[in-house]
Amino acid sequence: MFNAKVKDKIATGIIYTLSGIIVIILASLLLYILGSGLRYVNWDFLTSTSSDFSKGSGVGVQLFNSFYLLVISMLISIPISVSSGIYLSEYAGKSKIVNVIRISIEVLSSLPSIVVGLFGFLVFVIYFHMGFSILSGALTLTVFNLPILTRSVEDSLKAVPGSQREAGLSLGLSKWETVIHVIIPSALPGIITGMVLGAGRIFGEAAALIYTAGQSAPPLEFSNFNIFSPTNPLNLMRPAETLAVHIWKVNSEGLVANADQVSAGSSAILIIAVLIFNLLARYIGNKVYKKITGGE
Amino acid sequence: MADKYILELDSNKHEIAMETKNVQVFYGEKEALEKTSMQFERYKITSLIGSSGSGKSTFLRSLNRMNDNVPGASVKGEIIYRGLDINKNDIDIYETRKHIGMVFQRPNPFSKSIYENITFALKRHGMKDKNELDEIVETTLKQASLWEQVKDDLNKSALALSGGQQQRLCIARAIAMKPDVLLMDEPASALDPISTANIEETMLNLKDNYTIIIVTHNMQQASRVSDYTAFFNMGKAVEFDETRKIFTRPKIQLTEDYVSGHFG
Repeated sequence: MFNAKVKDKIATGIIYTLSGIIVIILASLLLYILGSGLRYVNWDFLTSTSSDFSKGSGVGVQLFNSFYLLVISMLISIPISVSSGIYLSEYAGKSKIVNVIRISIEVLSSLPSIVVGLFGFLVFVIYFHMGFSILSGALTLTVFNLPILTRSVEDSLKAVPGSQREAGLSLGLSKWETVIHVIIPSALPGIITGMVLGAGRIFGEAAALIYTAGQSAPPLEFSNFNIFSPTNPLNLMRPAETLAVHIWKVNSEGLVANADQVSAGSSAILIIAVLIFNLLARYIGNKVYKKITGGE
Repeated sequence: MADKYILELDSNKHEIAMETKNVQVFYGEKEALEKTSMQFERYKITSLIGSSGSGKSTFLRSLNRMNDNVPGASVKGEIIYRGLDINKNDIDIYETRKHIGMVFQRPNPFSKSIYENITFALKRHGMKDKNELDEIVETTLKQASLWEQVKDDLNKSALALSGGQQQRLCIARAIAMKPDVLLMDEPASALDPISTANIEETMLNLKDNYTIIIVTHNMQQASRVSDYTAFFNMGKAVEFDETRKIFTRPKIQLTEDYVSGHFG
């Protein structure tokens, strides 16, 4: 009835339409959030402290908290995920134990973030007496992020052809040298892309942080160098409400008069930050690849 | 007990670079290569021929212990190199591979610059002197007949080279280690006829300083470049002799059929 050409046209048409719908949804979401939020974003909004009650508050502390939490949690999760990714891809081979590890990682990566948050609350906040703190939040985000980072490291390493490993070994390099100096450099663009995308994901994470990093943002004094003071920005043991948590809180229990504006503005900032992460991931990935391979 | 169709070299007249005694390879339970004893004369080219699955590549890869990395593979027997059985567990295989280099079927340059491809392993092995490294890059690329084409682009990515150039870069990289023996696993099978001719020329150049053992599917190539030829069939070394004897008057019908193109 249909010849191959017609079938091909119909199939292509369907694929184009479906992809078009995705693009339209994404674009309208972005336009809506940026359109309704950007007008509230100004220097004052980005830097001033928030208030639960009064008008005209900003999100400066939350913005700082989001970045700081991100840095701390990446500092914890990158070494762990890179080592376990290397182990799984290069050394583990096939065995029952490795299968169990893989299944665990899969299960862990599909856990809802609110469940991870409650786990973090029970273990880090309560059991280890860390309280609502940057540290609790960062550790919880690590639990949340680790499976995905590990997976992305493992996949990037596995994508390097086996002939590269043989090349290294045939030149008298040890397996470890081959992994470190041949395989990882080749996989680095993929690894970095995975890391930055993971960073974007945890930057926007709220549910896992509500019960761990807390919902309060004490004003910070950037001139305070006492690391144990709750107003020292770098103090790991202070509570730290992030931007994403702030949006949730302002909307659910905020008493500020301009809650709509604050949440719209915060959303815009959040979206921009995540966008930057995504673009950065591509840019750095390409850049590193070119640098390593020696030009074009 | 020597197999009467496997030539035994008189070690008084010929310098032996390497030899195997009853080397046998298993993949899991399956015997991929029956006991094979063979000698490789120094500064000569030895071809290993035979159809796919005949065990020739398996044999070649056991000579520098590359089969160690294949899950489930085990190699039995002795591989004698400089009076040492390098198939023993306590042998430093990384050191061994510096002496017995390898070029693979598909060109596998590192995703680094041309210069780095050659110097990278040398630097890892402790060579620091920039002048010395520069000199090695030049001589090895010349030996691999690639220098003229890339001398102005040494910092460009090796991946930008054509397949034939990449393979010659891999040869340069292998000989930069100054190995005694160079193993080549069908080095020209993924290349066009001109690149193949270049590689063969390179091999003949290298013969003065290296012992070469090459696996090839190409009968003409074996007869053109090699001094000795071993014919493998069904996981067994059937016949080993001087190349001209294998190609003109082999002792076994099977060899005759294979080299004349009647099967395989």
